[in-house]
Amino acid sequence: MRKSKQKSLFTFICVAPSVILFTIFMLIPTINIFWMSLLKWGGLSANKKFVGLSNFIKLFSDLNFIRSLQNTLFLIVIVTLVTISFALVFAAILTREKLKGQNILRIVFYIPNILSVVVISAIFSAVYDPSNGLLNTIVGLFQPENWKTIKFLGNPDIVVYSIAGAMIWQAIGYYMVMYMASMSSISIHLYEAADLEGASKIKQFFDITLPLIWTNIRTTLTFFVISSINLSFLFVKVMTTGGPDGASETVLSYLYKQAYDNASYGYGMAIGAVVFVVSFLLSAVINHVTKRDVIQF
Amino acid sequence: MKKINLYKVFVYVALFSLFISIIIPVAWVFMASIKENAEFYTSPWNLPKGFYFQNFINAFEKAKMGEYFLNSVILTGLSLIILLVVSVPAAYVLARYEFKFKKLINILYMAGLFINVNYIVVPIFLMLLNWDNILYKYLNVEFFLNNIFVLAIIYAATGIPFTIYLLQSYFKTISKSYEDAACIDGCDYFQTMIKIMIPLAKPSIITVILFNFLAFWNEYIIALTMLPNSNKTLPVGVVNLYQASRGKAEYGMLYAGLVIVMLPTLILYILVQRKLTEGMTVGGIKD
Repeated sequence: MRKSKQKSLFTFICVAPSVILFTIFMLIPTINIFWMSLLKWGGLSANKKFVGLSNFIKLFSDLNFIRSLQNTLFLIVIVTLVTISFALVFAAILTREKLKGQNILRIVFYIPNILSVVVISAIFSAVYDPSNGLLNTIVGLFQPENWKTIKFLGNPDIVVYSIAGAMIWQAIGYYMVMYMASMSSISIHLYEAADLEGASKIKQFFDITLPLIWTNIRTTLTFFVISSINLSFLFVKVMTTGGPDGASETVLSYLYKQAYDNASYGYGMAIGAVVFVVSFLLSAVINHVTKRDVIQF
Repeated sequence: MKKINLYKVFVYVALFSLFISIIIPVAWVFMASIKENAEFYTSPWNLPKGFYFQNFINAFEKAKMGEYFLNSVILTGLSLIILLVVSVPAAYVLARYEFKFKKLINILYMAGLFINVNYIVVPIFLMLLNWDNILYKYLNVEFFLNNIFVLAIIYAATGIPFTIYLLQSYFKTISKSYEDAACIDGCDYFQTMIKIMIPLAKPSIITVILFNFLAFWNEYIIALTMLPNSNKTLPVGVVNLYQASRGKAEYGMLYAGLVIVMLPTLILYILVQRKLTEGMTVGGIKD
């Protein structure tokens, strides 16, 4: 009897602090997003008024919000597609081929993932700089006459692609390492048999590698949705602050702006609630669409 | 024969392109950090003319990077300690013992993996602001905002789901016979955990420290929001430098600041890179 009392005291002491911290700083704020989205709350004064769904109604006729949602969805799609294709190809090369300096390559490819988004944003501002950037000076070499510098971050038509470039640069190494881990568990005999049958490397990639790591790819798709929403916010916040003229605004940067610059917290939280629901729906849809029978070998 | 060569060429070209597109921008920042200001008006591809160390001195003195560096060190260290003290025992108990609400807690932490800090930074800020207002009303002090210790607790809280998830799956792989032996030798629950189980889990604890170190050291948005006054962290300080450098054209100092932010993570990474990339697959991501 004493023993069981001691045991429950022990489990309580071990688990309680983490539950308390988690509840106060993660759970309650998350619930608060949804609660606050129903309020009209005009800033630092304690002036809160329950307004039901009116924030949401306003939201869907807010063109700036719709544009930021479009930008975010566009970034999710393009960053996922490009990153996944590069990461898969490089992972396949590094696991399947015996190359010199393979280890160094793996180490270098992962570097962007350990850098702060702040650092990457500053690096890419230098790369994209219109007058003296690394990219523009290269382009300038090939077009000496009638050449205009490309305003990667200043042109509203290009800026979203520029942000995508930085996000892809940051993500390739991470997903590559992840795919390498599951690719290296594929039995080598399968490739040997394919070689004997005369299947090309490309055919092997599509018929052996891809189907066998499909579950892993599916898991990463959810990661892509969540991390693209977040990283696009951080990159935009540091590199363009949504500009020029709102052209690179993403949902979370718009949320942050509404909350801090406009001090309209209720409205900002309505954006948060929508993003929350959209990201879950998107993950669910992707999960459903990519469902295949698990292939075993 | 010819076809195989073509494939090899493709492989090398692809690898080389990615290699240089990663290494050049990073190396460029290091070069730029020792350039003099006038050099930034010539081609960015020029190598630095000399070793202009003044940039770093300026960054430390004028831009207060030294102070911010210290803040970041304290903040990261403190967050890691709080996180480990809170999470390691919880992960152990969740992996080994049956108790009421265990299932609920597990579900909450699983869901917590998907809660993102960037969404909840505004509600957390408002909550702290509210607490501060109450404190101010009755005690005439402010405590929660602009406080590095409170920020460390928030960081630790945001790291809990991932850390417990990873540690828990490691504890499950450790054989129960260690605990049985300890039980026979008369260790109580606390002793068993601290003397036997935690040392056994060292590899996964190191992985957890690495990942959270990177997350905390590089974190920007929470630090920006919770420390609105002069008490800044390194990433926030660098962004300020970056925004200021556009107007004042003090590029050298900015790149020196960037080097100060990334050097610790780069050194750590090179020392433990194998651990880090292996740790990624331990985290249960592997299917």
